[in-house]
Amino acid sequence: MFHWLEKHPFFFAVGVFVAIAFAGLVEIVPNFAEASRPVIGTTPYSTLELAGRQVYIKNSCNACHSQLIRPFKSETDRYGHYSLSGEYAYDRPFLWGSKRTGPDLMRVGNYRTTDWHENHMKDPAAIVPGSIMPAYKWLFTNEADIDTAFAEQLTVSQFFSVPYNKPVPMKDGSNKIVEMAGSVAEAHAMALEEAQVVVADMKDQDVKDAVASGKIPEIVALIAYLNSLK
Amino acid sequence: MENRPLEYDYTVAKMFMLTTIALGIVGMLIGVILAFELAFPSINTILGSGLAEFTNFSRLRPLHTDAVIFGFTLSGIFATWYYVGQRVLKVSMAESGLLMFLGKLHFVLYVVGVVAVVVSLFAGVTTSKEYAEFEWPIDVAIVVVWVVFGMSIFGLIGMRREKSLYISVWYYIATFLGIAMLYLFNNMEVPTMLATSAAGESGIGAWYHSVSMYAGTNDALVQWWYGHNAVAFGFTVPIVAMIYYFLPKESGQAIYSYKLSLLSFWGLMFVYLWAGGHHLLYSTVPDWMQTMGSIFSVILILPSWGSAINMLLTMKGEWQQVAASPLIKFMILGSTFYMFSTLEGPIQAIKSVNAIAHFTDWIVGHVHDGVLGWVGFMIMAALYHMAPRVFKREIYSKSLMASQFWIQTLGVVLYFTSMWIAGITQGMMWRAHDEFGNLAYSFIDTVTVLHPYYAIRGVGGLLYLVGFLMFAYNIYKTMTAGKRLDSEPADASPMGA
Repeated sequence: MFHWLEKHPFFFAVGVFVAIAFAGLVEIVPNFAEASRPVIGTTPYSTLELAGRQVYIKNSCNACHSQLIRPFKSETDRYGHYSLSGEYAYDRPFLWGSKRTGPDLMRVGNYRTTDWHENHMKDPAAIVPGSIMPAYKWLFTNEADIDTAFAEQLTVSQFFSVPYNKPVPMKDGSNKIVEMAGSVAEAHAMALEEAQVVVADMKDQDVKDAVASGKIPEIVALIAYLNSLK
Repeated sequence: MENRPLEYDYTVAKMFMLTTIALGIVGMLIGVILAFELAFPSINTILGSGLAEFTNFSRLRPLHTDAVIFGFTLSGIFATWYYVGQRVLKVSMAESGLLMFLGKLHFVLYVVGVVAVVVSLFAGVTTSKEYAEFEWPIDVAIVVVWVVFGMSIFGLIGMRREKSLYISVWYYIATFLGIAMLYLFNNMEVPTMLATSAAGESGIGAWYHSVSMYAGTNDALVQWWYGHNAVAFGFTVPIVAMIYYFLPKESGQAIYSYKLSLLSFWGLMFVYLWAGGHHLLYSTVPDWMQTMGSIFSVILILPSWGSAINMLLTMKGEWQQVAASPLIKFMILGSTFYMFSTLEGPIQAIKSVNAIAHFTDWIVGHVHDGVLGWVGFMIMAALYHMAPRVFKREIYSKSLMASQFWIQTLGVVLYFTSMWIAGITQGMMWRAHDEFGNLAYSFIDTVTVLHPYYAIRGVGGLLYLVGFLMFAYNIYKTMTAGKRLDSEPADASPMGA
């Protein structure tokens, strides 16, 4: 059989394809229906949070920080409850990372504050002596891309039925509605409103001035995202 | 007329040899910078704080991995295909105007793609998925390049004189099919420009931005099915294709066993794809998949070692060549590193070992003993073998080649030993508890302890880069100043004293 295949490239290629595609079919397909249900309390990202998530991705934070807490005592002691599949239901892409040069950030919103992040991003080694994380000063001057964040919200709600403007069940039995804007202008207004809440806890005068004049620096969006990780 | 030996046409092979070397230098240089940034963080602002955004670790990291995978390695795969393909199929590219055109088009499109990737990654335009960072416009371009590559492969096969496909061709076909399947499925994404707001606005925001078709756990599953097998079909399958051709050619020895190559090939094809789950142990993907990933990773030792042992036994009775020829040294040490790396990987895939190894530098070490020791050595050996035949000149300096071999070997050894120690140290410190059951170390303790190992790793990487520059210089001098050859050498490559 193999001698024959080696003289017939088409059938050889078909054979190879079947051999390599088999595992994918068996392993990946069955999981798709199962794993995508959100757990109670998991909400879609707001416009500003999503813009911050894009800043996180733009700077490849995931190259050094994981967002996956494994079910070991040492990890739950350090980072909080281990990760559940449904908590990632709205994560496109997933940001588990593959290397912890720095600590896990899955629940960083539970134990770090806006103020801490602001100081840390400016000079990590001043906050955590011995830290090898570089400073991210350009986040304080670059403007966040609210348009693209809004476009992403629209995309996930239209193509993947992510429940914006719909009640989402919370852990205490109540419902929460994450609102999505109807137009670009409204999206900017909503993001700015969120930004004002974040910036109230910040010290950097240039950032405060920027938000006061209607601009949103990347750092504000990033902190909004990090604070949402719980 | 019929008995006249074929004149093969290496125009396209030469073009890809150039990008192999150029992108190799770029990828490894960025790697060395990254290594020293971890050891000495002030290097993050090496070009001043104004440019810090483009020189800091996180922005450069995808550039390093992609330059080495899709720059250096892929160019090496293409360069060797356009050399090996003609010779084992007994047909010249010059016989078909169409194939020649496709080959050149392949090269031009590839270079355009590389430029687009470099610009977009520096700008921070990335999907975040490892080795699949490119946004949808570049994905489309990559698919086009790949289709042209496929047309080149099957075009050449279609007009072959040698009816039976040589083992290397099996592996090149598998490379083409495997990458095509994996890349397509992992990069399924919806461009955000397609969405419309309630107010009727569309095309909002960055036109190149997209959203993954998969969410959360599913996205992770598809990504590591891809990520692990990008290693399979980028760093293993095509490199095995190379050694099956170049080792027998250079040593003048026949392949030890046809049956072993059959077993290894079909075994590798079937088993490799299952093993992706070992990147997701203790994550939120279902347990049975994690277990399958572990089990198949261990089974994977069989076909991997099958190829490697087949190569080592090919040298049976001819081991004096290893001492005499630095080129054979590269290939033999390459297959040895292949064996080493394919034993180390399955060990790390065992769940209880993975609990310590995952997220640490041990994984980084594992990748690099494979890529530096196996992929890098084999591609350089292939180019060293090709150079005298492509440029019709003797290799410029054998002694330079020998020193390069030892410098790079030392570099690899420093690299993986320091990363072993770093990884296991960090993994153990993360999980250490004191007598009261509290965590024994804060996270930063587990970072500062790594400093000496990061410095040693940087030196190891630097040595490898220096060796690679020696390789580039040697090839350049061969091209321009090597002694001219009248006829092609039969077995071993001719080398200057």
